[in-house]
Amino acid sequence: MAALCESFTLCGLGPSGGVGLGGGLLALEPGPDPDHVLLTDRGRTATLFKVSDQKPLGCWSVKHGQIITCPVVCNFETHEYIAVHDDKVLRIWKNKDINLDKVFKATLSADVYRIHSLPNGGPVVLFKGGGVRTLDVLLEAPQQEIENIITDEVIKWSEAFMEGQQPVLIFTTEKDGEFFVYVQKLKMNGLHKYKLEQQELSKPLNFTAHIKNQTITLLCLYSNDSVYKFLIPLQQNTEEEEQILSKSLLLNLSVSGSVLKGTSFVVLDKDHIAVLGSLAASGEESKECLTIWNTKFQTLQTSKELPLGTSGQLWCYEEKFFFTHGKVLTVIMYKCETSSLAAAVGKLKDSQAPEVSSFVNWNTLGDEELVVSFQSQQSVALKSESKMTLRSKRTTVAKVQPDTLSVGQLLLNLKDASTTAFEDELRQLMSKAQMPDFQATIGCVITALINRCKTNPKYYPRNFLLQIVQTRDLSYSLCPDLMAVALEKKDVHLLQICLQRFPDIPEEITYACLKVFLSISEAYLQRIDVNLESVICYIDIEFNNKEVKTEIVENGFNAELEQDIWDTNTTKETHLTADGEFCPVGPQKAALLNAVLHSAYSETFLLPHLKNLPAQQAVLFLRYLYYLYVKCSEKINTTLPGICSPTINQVMDWMCLLLDAHFTVMVMLPEAKELLSNLHKFVRAQVRFYSELNKIEGSLRELQRLHHQKDSQTYSIEVLELI
Amino acid sequence: MGEFEVHRVRFFGLVPAGVRCLACEPRGGRLALARTDGAVEVYNFAANYFQERVIPGNEARSVEALCWAAGDRLFGAGLGGDITEYDLARLCAARSVDGCGGPIWSMAANSTGTQLAIGCEDGSVKLFQVVPGGIQFERNLDRRKGRILCLSWHPSDTHIVAGSIDILRVFDVCSGQTVQRIMVNYHVQKVKRECIVWSIAFLSSGTVVTSDSFGRVQFWDWERGTLLESHTVSTSAVLSLAVSEKEDSIIVGTSTGATYQFQLLPVKMGSLEKRWVRTKPFQHHTHDVRAVAHSSTALISGGLDAQLVIRPLMEKMQKKGYDAALRKFTFPHRRLVSCARKARLLLFQFSQHLELWRLGSTNKTGKDGEVLPLCRMPEHLVQLKSKGPEHIYCSCVSPCGSWVAYSTASRFHLYRVQYEGDSISVKKVPKVPKLLPPAYQLQFSADSGSLFVASARGSVHVLQLLELGGCKLLHTFRPPSGSPEAVYLLAASADGHWVAAVSGDWAIHIYNLKCFKHHCAVPAYSCAVTALAIHPVTNNLVIAYSDQQLFEFSIPEKQYTAWSRMVQNCGLHRVWLERDSPITHITFNPKNPSHILLHDIYMFCVLDKSLPLPDNSALLMNQSTLKQLPENARQRQLHAFKICKKFQPLLFADLLDENCLVMVERPIMDIKTQLPLPIQQKKFGT
Repeated sequence: MAALCESFTLCGLGPSGGVGLGGGLLALEPGPDPDHVLLTDRGRTATLFKVSDQKPLGCWSVKHGQIITCPVVCNFETHEYIAVHDDKVLRIWKNKDINLDKVFKATLSADVYRIHSLPNGGPVVLFKGGGVRTLDVLLEAPQQEIENIITDEVIKWSEAFMEGQQPVLIFTTEKDGEFFVYVQKLKMNGLHKYKLEQQELSKPLNFTAHIKNQTITLLCLYSNDSVYKFLIPLQQNTEEEEQILSKSLLLNLSVSGSVLKGTSFVVLDKDHIAVLGSLAASGEESKECLTIWNTKFQTLQTSKELPLGTSGQLWCYEEKFFFTHGKVLTVIMYKCETSSLAAAVGKLKDSQAPEVSSFVNWNTLGDEELVVSFQSQQSVALKSESKMTLRSKRTTVAKVQPDTLSVGQLLLNLKDASTTAFEDELRQLMSKAQMPDFQATIGCVITALINRCKTNPKYYPRNFLLQIVQTRDLSYSLCPDLMAVALEKKDVHLLQICLQRFPDIPEEITYACLKVFLSISEAYLQRIDVNLESVICYIDIEFNNKEVKTEIVENGFNAELEQDIWDTNTTKETHLTADGEFCPVGPQKAALLNAVLHSAYSETFLLPHLKNLPAQQAVLFLRYLYYLYVKCSEKINTTLPGICSPTINQVMDWMCLLLDAHFTVMVMLPEAKELLSNLHKFVRAQVRFYSELNKIEGSLRELQRLHHQKDSQTYSIEVLELI
Repeated sequence: MGEFEVHRVRFFGLVPAGVRCLACEPRGGRLALARTDGAVEVYNFAANYFQERVIPGNEARSVEALCWAAGDRLFGAGLGGDITEYDLARLCAARSVDGCGGPIWSMAANSTGTQLAIGCEDGSVKLFQVVPGGIQFERNLDRRKGRILCLSWHPSDTHIVAGSIDILRVFDVCSGQTVQRIMVNYHVQKVKRECIVWSIAFLSSGTVVTSDSFGRVQFWDWERGTLLESHTVSTSAVLSLAVSEKEDSIIVGTSTGATYQFQLLPVKMGSLEKRWVRTKPFQHHTHDVRAVAHSSTALISGGLDAQLVIRPLMEKMQKKGYDAALRKFTFPHRRLVSCARKARLLLFQFSQHLELWRLGSTNKTGKDGEVLPLCRMPEHLVQLKSKGPEHIYCSCVSPCGSWVAYSTASRFHLYRVQYEGDSISVKKVPKVPKLLPPAYQLQFSADSGSLFVASARGSVHVLQLLELGGCKLLHTFRPPSGSPEAVYLLAASADGHWVAAVSGDWAIHIYNLKCFKHHCAVPAYSCAVTALAIHPVTNNLVIAYSDQQLFEFSIPEKQYTAWSRMVQNCGLHRVWLERDSPITHITFNPKNPSHILLHDIYMFCVLDKSLPLPDNSALLMNQSTLKQLPENARQRQLHAFKICKKFQPLLFADLLDENCLVMVERPIMDIKTQLPLPIQQKKFGT
């Protein structure tokens, strides 16, 4: 439940004193430290406040005749303040500066709309013509030309975020009652323009936005007392112009007959928004109030009447609301807890567990989904369609697809769609990351993809599958056919990723992967992109050092493997490699085998399958394991460098398992003889070494005990340093 | 910050007495504990298990059983044959009644707390009525031979079950007759040994639970006299058992130091049939676990190894907090050591004697961690033995070292110690003023000119010490509104202007010594005070509470200081608040007014008020990290808490002079060697 807590006055705003001299506030921005805010009034002054102390820490004014036109922000990296006065004149100063006339000044070539300061990205300047520059770029050449992106449109609102390392700026414009949204990715220099879906008889009043999972959620307060939501995926692969953003109703601001005429609003968390406005019940005088709404349950959670009136502006930082109430700036603290039925009946456990749960709600996989998977199995061959029809199809699909359409229905609709349209649509589906039961949806998507692969042998969306597997927390059981299809297509990279990420791969599939990896030729692998993270750290050195030496061997080795059969040459080969001097397989294959070593398994279930491994492959695998074992033992901590590299225990377990499965074969095989005897020698040497270590440990322990006895004397004077 | 020369003292031969019995206050938040030396302690669950009351033992008064009755009245009974009621406000035995049945082995109160039943050596079970101002003998139940080792009331108060040797009997309370006898030895084949029923519990379902010397926990149907279930948990005796209030969980303690939990669980999911299942084994003790208790959220056990262990039941925990951590208490939550700074003497308080030691010295200096060669060894100067059976309540040595005072339950002693070269003379001060004993805390003024005596009803006596070896009562302070509770902590200011006193109701009063007036009271805080001290320069009172909060109160200004308010605003570090032992002593460095020195059992801390407080993301114990950093990089890492955990368990720490500390440690191993050998157990591979 959300609740409003105690309130206090931060400062007066009256004409006789306080901030702003009655002109009102332009904006409120976070200050350089937590608990600090920067107030800019509609005149000449900016003031820094410490909120909890209700005390101004600093105040700066521009000269008479000048006027601050853009809210003062703080550069969080340098702790400098940035202001723009008279639209074009940029000022930058520090805490210790007193007179703004004497601080850094730069006159720009275009009018500034706003400056956004990002915690890790530095300030970003938005010009009235829609041009965007980071402050750094701007300061290099203040007089640089600023392009005009929007013509005749007026910027209504803007906001900036960090997405990963890059700043993203979003702003909305208006022209003749039509509203547009621009999304500018600064580093990519990519600008996207969208148009907001028109709404009869009402227009947007106020905007707010937040970013999550590469998707901007734009919320908009309309004049028909409703809040609508727009989703804008950041990763857009199409370069289309002016997509229309369709809206979905988030909240209707009415409660039991009375309607809240909102003026501004802020998002508190995923379920709560706060709205400032006037509540008008039929037949009564409207009164201004601050309200918190729950969007999940569509309820008004709490409200507070503000009889003295407000300026219609609302800011929210650090769990505090700031707004003008009468002639003062009031601060109200609030609490916002995740709403749930448990909380409502008082059974909520007090836990600090992360809010995002990765549980799948199996109930959402309703009947339609089952129908989908069933039907698509017997689906007809694909029609190939031109790009033109695609676009038209797309729009029609978009039209008939309001938010209410369930995933199952959507997939049903898509069954006969063309390949590209199908993929595009699935991508769209996945961009709605906030959906509940997202994982179940992804499972459906993958199943749909795989079914299409099965029916159309030529179709294999390699990159798309890779992308899904890499970005989402999937499991084998969620998409059981995926690995089977990948095995069929010999998509080793996908298999590698699956082995690394899925926690629940059956031993049979693990074995199948191993077999494919061992049988595939090195030449083929060299052309393929495989994640080499796990091998690069220990295999590279080998190649650098012995480049000249191994070159011939490598060539011979590859040619030989290309035949896919080990012929008698292997015996010669063994001599060279058996002592584990260098890797018996290429780095790609090693990386793939490492993925197998890394996966979870149960011996009992793996052993029967492992017995079926052809003897030549078993020898090769054992050779590789032996190589890893020697590599591990080189280091004192017996760990290989690198990410996801196999541990010595994994290597040992697999070695034992492989020897168990193929012991008789190994004994009979002439080419294995040398390898086994080398392995034996090495293991014996290790055992001897460790038994020696054991003895040393015993003596050291004895020493330790002696040391302890010395320690137990009853009095000493020691030196202690505290820093 | 600086280097200290640390006198690391390990010759304080304290051996805490073993835990004999435990009693949870019904529906209350307190735990009473009795030790083998007769001392009784009360722990307050709400104040982070702080040991808030200690009634020192008495040789003539052993405690075999404790129980709460009539709300919050505490009764004890022992082999002396008396039933004693304890006065928890004045911290002494209030009155005793002879049980008239020889040594008393067991005692239990009925569910309403109106009657006490005792089990005696002569085989009798006697009922006493709890009346205002004492208890009254009511009647004897049917007497048979054999000492009654344990007793339990049926929750409906109609029956009492009593465990004896080889047998357990059920009495009807109304008629006083034996209505059932059950031979517990019957089921053991070919055994000549007697089977002692060590502990017993009567459940509302009519099931009787026993634990016996054969290592069994057995469940009996008392009406039919049949054995329902038997669990052998140990090869040696099961000495104690306790049942939860809901009767769904039992804890038992064995003589091997292990404790086990039994839980009443359905035989399968959703089934109505339930059975007792042994669920959790714990091995926290090395010796006999003679006492266990079951609070609503924790299993509590006390052993002869003097440890009190509070093991929270995680399924009863809503959140990770102070209650959710395992707690082990071995040492008292108060100081037993006092220090004469100027004379470099230490006074150790044992249960019946005091030891005065002079510290050694060195003339070398060294680097961090070095042990310096001694040029003079420490010296045991005097041992003062207290006469009579009573144990010592408190003791103190004056800063100059020439006065030593201590108090027992009935007497107050003051000695003048004179040093002439190598010889020492101890003279008892003959005419000490008649004060109402006992004194709960003694504190000399900084100039050794007066002695403050903490006494009952919130009063503090001021004695003037005369050069020639006499003393006289100057004044007695009393809180303006009165208080029934005894004062248990004192702090005097260095300039002789102020004295602060904390009484059992946790109120802190500050008195003016110049005009002998009550100055003010510190705003009430809902937690126990564990230590307090007055700053020698600023006259700020620093207070440590058992919830690990620290406050600084300006005595001249009668308000919390700005720093204290800042601490409360920012909050202390999470790791600091989660520590489980209370701060037992606070002192200051007069040369560095911003430093506060404090310690608990596991750490010594210099709190530098001039440095910023650490936030939760910072490392609290950062000394070892800082030592690895270069000088210039340290500055950014510095924070107010400088914690040293090298000295453990730390019973006392004090500053002798500017850069010289004394640390009194009592290694657990040294205590273990003083205990009898534990039961030998075969361990795999040895």
